Amino acid sequence: MFAYVLRRLLYAIPILIGVNLLTFALFFVVNTPDDMARLQLGAKHVTPEAIERWKVEHGYDKPLLLNTRATGSAQLTDTLFFQRSAAMFAFQFGKGDDGRDIGNEIRTRMGPSLAIALPVFVIGLLVNITFALLMVFFRATYLDLWGVVLCVVLMSISGLFYIIAGQYFIAKLWNLLPISGYAGGIHGLKFILLPVLVSVVAGIGSGSRWYRTIFLEEIGKDYVRTARAKGLSEIRVLFRHVLKNGMIPILTGAVVVLPLLFMGSLITESFFGIPGLGSYTIDAIQAQDFSVVRAMVFLGSFLYIVGLILTDISYSWVDPRVRLQ
Amino acid sequence: MSLVTSHFVPVLLWTDALIFMLLIVSLAAVWWIRRHAHLRAPWAAVARRPMAMGAALVLAVFVAIGLLDSLHYRERLDDSPPDRPQYSVEVLSVFDALAGRLRTQQEKTYSAPLAMHLYAKEFTERGGATVRDYPRLKYGGAHLKQADEYGPDIVRRILVGLLQGLAGSLLLFGLLAAWQARHERMRLGGWLSAWATGHLGWPGRTVVIVLTLMLILGAVMARLAAGYHVFGTDKVGQDVLYISLKSIRTGLVIGTLTTLVTLPLAIVLGIAAGYFRGWVDDVIQYVYTVLNSIPGVLLIAAAVLIVQVAIEAHPDLFDTAAARADVRLLALCVIMGVTSWTSLARLLRGESLKLRTLDYVEAARAFGVSHARIISRHIFPNVFHLVLIAIVLDFSGLVLAEAVLSYVGVGVDPAMYSWGNMINGARLELAREPVVWWQLGAAFVFMFTLVLAANLFADGVRDAFDPRLEERR
Repeated sequence: MFAYVLRRLLYAIPILIGVNLLTFALFFVVNTPDDMARLQLGAKHVTPEAIERWKVEHGYDKPLLLNTRATGSAQLTDTLFFQRSAAMFAFQFGKGDDGRDIGNEIRTRMGPSLAIALPVFVIGLLVNITFALLMVFFRATYLDLWGVVLCVVLMSISGLFYIIAGQYFIAKLWNLLPISGYAGGIHGLKFILLPVLVSVVAGIGSGSRWYRTIFLEEIGKDYVRTARAKGLSEIRVLFRHVLKNGMIPILTGAVVVLPLLFMGSLITESFFGIPGLGSYTIDAIQAQDFSVVRAMVFLGSFLYIVGLILTDISYSWVDPRVRLQ
Repeated sequence: MSLVTSHFVPVLLWTDALIFMLLIVSLAAVWWIRRHAHLRAPWAAVARRPMAMGAALVLAVFVAIGLLDSLHYRERLDDSPPDRPQYSVEVLSVFDALAGRLRTQQEKTYSAPLAMHLYAKEFTERGGATVRDYPRLKYGGAHLKQADEYGPDIVRRILVGLLQGLAGSLLLFGLLAAWQARHERMRLGGWLSAWATGHLGWPGRTVVIVLTLMLILGAVMARLAAGYHVFGTDKVGQDVLYISLKSIRTGLVIGTLTTLVTLPLAIVLGIAAGYFRGWVDDVIQYVYTVLNSIPGVLLIAAAVLIVQVAIEAHPDLFDTAAARADVRLLALCVIMGVTSWTSLARLLRGESLKLRTLDYVEAARAFGVSHARIISRHIFPNVFHLVLIAIVLDFSGLVLAEAVLSYVGVGVDPAMYSWGNMINGARLELAREPVVWWQLGAAFVFMFTLVLAANLFADGVRDAFDPRLEERR
């Protein structure tokens, strides 16, 4: 087990290097620091001197891969690649265009992101499984048919509309909860309720439909027929056998997104003014702050790979037939 | 020598060319499928499903509007000399020409759906005195002399539209009944009772009901749109119905052209990884794990920012604003395609891994059949249903993604008509008093209709093509 995890961690390194090289290519080779400077300065102020000054101010005035003017190992280290890309492996993200330390921002913003994403994940999972089980219990009846149709209808509504409708009706018209904002601790609860509610509702359609197919696949198996044949009630079959075995694909599928919860949701956080990583990312994209975007890309892929490893471990944990070697 | 000058010059945008290429390929595919019984069978199964057929009809209307909106041209300027014609920088489409008044009747600013007055009060001269009141619209309800004619006029238009829609539907239904009864050598009464009881062999009732509803809706809208702004007007006074209809093309382009980019990548790499295994598999798996591990929105955002920089750096490449917006739309499709081929490739890899061990593939290899031929004859046809299911399932997701990306600011060009831009522009107007809701409402209705139809159709296709589902029943 330990050896397996270690090997998977080692396997993750080339992938992170790939991500790193890809983002480096995108942000520095295809789109040179000169272009960045031009974009930031605006069309009116572009002069060669202004571009040089911007690059010096933001630390982009170094050669890309090889610094021929330096000596010794500095030839490799005093370059954009080493300082901007390779440094990420040590989680040194540098500073954003606003001069703030990116690593610091990530640490402070992780909390608010999790405060939304974690309840959404847990409550969403419970709600979706409940609906899916209900549909499976009434399978092949009109209740099931219309349940599926309702799921498709809910799926067909853009996530933006759930947020807009939630904010408009619940917060503005009925004044039940604040429209947006965030506060730490127990006072923050009222700010969290609406985004969590909206995100859970937005996920019901696709979630319950997906879990319904998983349960239906499970219910057609031989052991379920045996369970019924020995006289177990349908409820018992559903909860003791189908739910338990259906949870294997559901939970292992959920594990992969678990680390990504740290990243928060771009849209939800931006609409509700949550100072999390999602709104940080969206602000960076809108301000075209490339260093922040790069840092988030790296962090995102790192968390995704952690999620993959956790998935493998959880497989062997919930299903004893799977052995990790 | 005098040149032959016309009143317009056709414009072929990049996406237009690709759309029509796609259309030709689809028509060729239809022709091919019709000639082969084993390919026809699953489609016949789709055609037997009421939900799928109803959805297909709605999709067909959207596609027709999108295609009309893809035939672009530029009008000749009236004052340009005949021997050296100059053309307007505005790129129009056949749809614009058909929409006519819808496009040109621009008000001053916001006005509510079917309103005859502007949304905001203005100072106007009335009987010598200046009063602050809601001014009448320039076009919306301009044919009414008195305000009290408004109610009866709306009712009259709705009724006329209703009757026209019903008449059109009855006419179509009659023609359909006559044609099919003749074709099947049935008596008309027999056909009608088979239709009413749902024993036609195809979902006749659903088709007729959906057609009738669409005809009535279309006729009522057309009647109302002739005198009013059905969905109101936006901030600069443009008709919201027109904007929503124009957005259809953008949604369709994103939903289809993205797949066009995805497919070759996913098919070639997925099958190659599964079939050849070894180092090919390792390399391809590595590439898609790397791409997959980057959060999708961020990768798209990064690539779009870069394209934006490139477009801004070369303004001389584009002669019109439409061409510029079009290249950005195409770039968005390519980027979304390049970032989204991984899931299908993984699916195809798994399936090819299974297929390559089957006896008939082993036999082909033992006979010395080349790899290319084995893949094209034995592997590809057996994974094609997965490709097709992925195409139809991805479509709705892509249409929804456009709205989100446009909100983030990395979607289509801000000047382009799209539902995402409509939502983005209207979102803050909900804070106004009274609320400006109609832009959001229109974007919602159109997007929801398209995505719902696409989802229902995709379900039908999946049920008909997925052999695993067949076994379960």
